[in-house]
Amino acid sequence: MENSRRKFLKTAGYSVLGVAAGSMLIGITPRSSTGAAEQASGNPEYKSRDEALKAERWGLVIDTRKITARINRNMQRACHREHNVPDFVGKFGAKNHEIKWIWPTPFKNAFIEQDLQYISDHLKRTEIPVLCNHCNHPPCVRVCPTRATFKRESDGLVLMDYHRCIGCRFCMAGCPYGARSFNYRDPREAIEELNPDFTLRTKGVVEKCNFCAERLARGEAPACVEASNGALTFGDLEDSSSDIRKLLAEYHAITRKAELGTLPSVFYII
Amino acid sequence: MYDKPKIVTGLVIFFVILAFPFWYNMGAKTPLPELELTEKAKEAEKCIEDTDFMTREHMQLLNEWRDAVARDGNRIYVANDGEEHVASLTSTCMDCHSNKADFCDRCHDYVSVDPYCWDCHTYPEENN
Repeated sequence: MENSRRKFLKTAGYSVLGVAAGSMLIGITPRSSTGAAEQASGNPEYKSRDEALKAERWGLVIDTRKITARINRNMQRACHREHNVPDFVGKFGAKNHEIKWIWPTPFKNAFIEQDLQYISDHLKRTEIPVLCNHCNHPPCVRVCPTRATFKRESDGLVLMDYHRCIGCRFCMAGCPYGARSFNYRDPREAIEELNPDFTLRTKGVVEKCNFCAERLARGEAPACVEASNGALTFGDLEDSSSDIRKLLAEYHAITRKAELGTLPSVFYII
Repeated sequence: MYDKPKIVTGLVIFFVILAFPFWYNMGAKTPLPELELTEKAKEAEKCIEDTDFMTREHMQLLNEWRDAVARDGNRIYVANDGEEHVASLTSTCMDCHSNKADFCDRCHDYVSVDPYCWDCHTYPEENN
């Protein structure tokens, strides 16, 4: 029994080695032959549609001179129908639970930093449409703890992956434009007509304008642009021959809260 | 050992209670769920991948679709046989398998899983 301790340590050492080697072997051997892993290797299995509209940096130019109350209404209706946006205000009168992707607001509220002493009659009378600015430096993306909201590198859109949103609302605090809304209720209760081509959200999820990424992928213009009667123009800001670059070259356009350095992609011709 | 009868009785009772789920469900065999295929699914004869693969790995595939679509904007899935499908639960999967209650739910109920896909994604019966 003199070397029982020695024996014990030896056995223990071999056991540890054995277990380690065994677990390594199990880790190396493939678990299933027809797994998703096999498919992931090899040819590119995901792609975008051929007819998809592509840009380096999507942008929107809003010609406020052409905006009317009717256009505002049409754009909001088209957008909210397209994206199954719940109408909590109409349904429950819950103004503080309002969900909005694009909405009209007085010029003096949208451009608080501008000199508003003698603004034109048109801007006094007519509200202008505001939406997510799809900033080049989006503060909402910086604060999101789960990367649920992210800037898509391929085209600069600031998008949301609703699967990942935990409803912390940091992005709502981070966004200087109030472009984000939170589902305080189950949105199903307040959707009149379900669009089966787009998803819903659940209670406890933040949502916002997605620049109609799903429509661009099908080769269609954003819903608001389509409903704007020519007041809105979209295109590639990085392409100097695009429609919106031509507009921006011809007219002076401003962005909201430019002093914050978020570099919005939504421009307003005044 | 002191109090041997008491201890043994106690142990027996303990193990009987421990095994409660096993003897309670003995004999009450839940039949395997039978999945119903819609006419459209029968006509197609095969899903976008092998049936065996789809049965076992459809959830992983759907997770891949989710990331490809929501994050990378790649909405077309090229299957192993080279066919292209729109990576969409509602417009691709549920287009054929439009009978959620008799297809998806039966198996999910059997294995007692509660996927939250349809919290947001719509399905045919709901749309009508």
